[in-house]
Amino acid sequence: MRNTDILIIGGGPAGLAAAVGAYEAGARDILILEREERLGGILKQCIHNGFGLHTFKEELTGPEYAQRFIDKVEAYQIPYQCETMVLDVSPEKVVTCVSRKNGLEHIQAKAVILCMGCRERPRGSLATPGERCPGVYTAGTAQKFTNLEGMMPGKEVVILGSGDIGLIMARRMTFLGAKVHACVELMPFSSGLKRNIVQCLDDFGIPLLLSHTVVDIHGREHLEGVTVAEVGPDLKPIPGTEQYFPCDTLLLSVGLIPENELSEMAGVEIAPSTSGAVVDESLQTSVAGIFSCGNVLHVHDLVDFVSEEATKAGANAWQYVQGSLPESGRKVPVQMGFGVGGIVPQFVSDKAEGNVSFMFRPRNVYRGARVIVELDGTQILSKKTMILAPGEMVNLSIPAEKLQPLADAQAITVRIEVPEA
Amino acid sequence: MKYELTCINCPMGCRITADYDGKEVTNIQGYTCARGKAYAQTEITDPTRMVTALVGVEGRRAPLSVKTRSPIRKPLIFDALDVIRKTTVCAPVKIGDVVIENLLGSGVDVIATENVD
Repeated sequence: MRNTDILIIGGGPAGLAAAVGAYEAGARDILILEREERLGGILKQCIHNGFGLHTFKEELTGPEYAQRFIDKVEAYQIPYQCETMVLDVSPEKVVTCVSRKNGLEHIQAKAVILCMGCRERPRGSLATPGERCPGVYTAGTAQKFTNLEGMMPGKEVVILGSGDIGLIMARRMTFLGAKVHACVELMPFSSGLKRNIVQCLDDFGIPLLLSHTVVDIHGREHLEGVTVAEVGPDLKPIPGTEQYFPCDTLLLSVGLIPENELSEMAGVEIAPSTSGAVVDESLQTSVAGIFSCGNVLHVHDLVDFVSEEATKAGANAWQYVQGSLPESGRKVPVQMGFGVGGIVPQFVSDKAEGNVSFMFRPRNVYRGARVIVELDGTQILSKKTMILAPGEMVNLSIPAEKLQPLADAQAITVRIEVPEA
Repeated sequence: MKYELTCINCPMGCRITADYDGKEVTNIQGYTCARGKAYAQTEITDPTRMVTALVGVEGRRAPLSVKTRSPIRKPLIFDALDVIRKTTVCAPVKIGDVVIENLLGSGVDVIATENVD
């Protein structure tokens, strides 16, 4: 059986930064396993710009951002194996993978970093009635067709969901000569960035239909059209508001799900609020020596924060291999109070050092609210915000010494306080 | 003429209204910070956009991703896309290589954003 100190599953933005982070912390025996033909993950197909403003202080396209990290991996001579599919991860950190080149392999790692990213919610999860005809794609699949394969899925397009990938694809399809008839959003607000709504929809006169959804899909041999209806406050379609849009392509941008099948095989505990691993502040999962970062841990808005998180996971994995990661003592749970969803980490070790960062998603749109962190009811942070929205992850960094005394603490609570009307 | 726009600087997405007579932007309302006012000014008088697109590569189906080195004037976008669409390159290409010089006389080059061996 092969051995390695740190095995990284996935060669996308998280895997690349984890490898760089581990190397720069001192690790030399690292291996990245990637199932696609080349490194870069989803960034390969994100050819629009806007990546890297935090990390590189300039706006890069996805491929350029990925290349910055690939260049480092190459310069450090970190080994990677593409076209290699991981089939199993055991709690003992034996990773089973398969490739045309090496066949079936078992690799014993001292630490594993889970960097598998996320996948798009498919049509099947929406329970939208209608024909099961070709012409319905997730936005990311269509993006792969246009940007990597040089193929157009269709010419007359409706987009369901106003997540950023859907918005970006509205512009891309328009640029490639298609007509985008509407972007249909169930909620009364879009989860996409304002910039994308303006520059991907408004610029081309594409209507954004808030509080609307697709209620029927028509076409036998191929998609011919969709029926769109307005929804009420209960998110149920309002009878009589139906309108028919002829189209040959329906793109879905209705959410992302962390891809945790391998994590579960390894016995890693999954948090319902993020659909990602339960981790402590070092990004270590419930299985010692297995770390998780990037979109497999929780879906991020910005790749810069993925890189930052993964760099930390890489460095901590190396500390673990050396036996110098502070032995996690008692773990203090992090509770989600009013308005807070998908918090990471879910636990803070009473031995936490340095800065502890908390990330979460607001459950709704809140104006002029405060974000409050409490330790057993005592306020340790209160931060005023202009606006909080589900589409923008909140990132708080608190010095560990402010979180003291943790030794006897029962809980850390993060909550939102809305000003009284 | 009356303009209505959404500020893109932050998630607030302030709705800004203003008047523009072709020379001067006046009566800017609805912004809540200096960035919003500045955004309205440039977005009305001289809106620009980065354009990212794809060009063909001789001998392979997968296209090459490219971008304008800096933003170009918004009304130029579709003419620019026409020029870019008709362009093909030969491998190898490196990030930053100029694919089209001085796009439509705008003074802005189109450059490669990925490596092709």
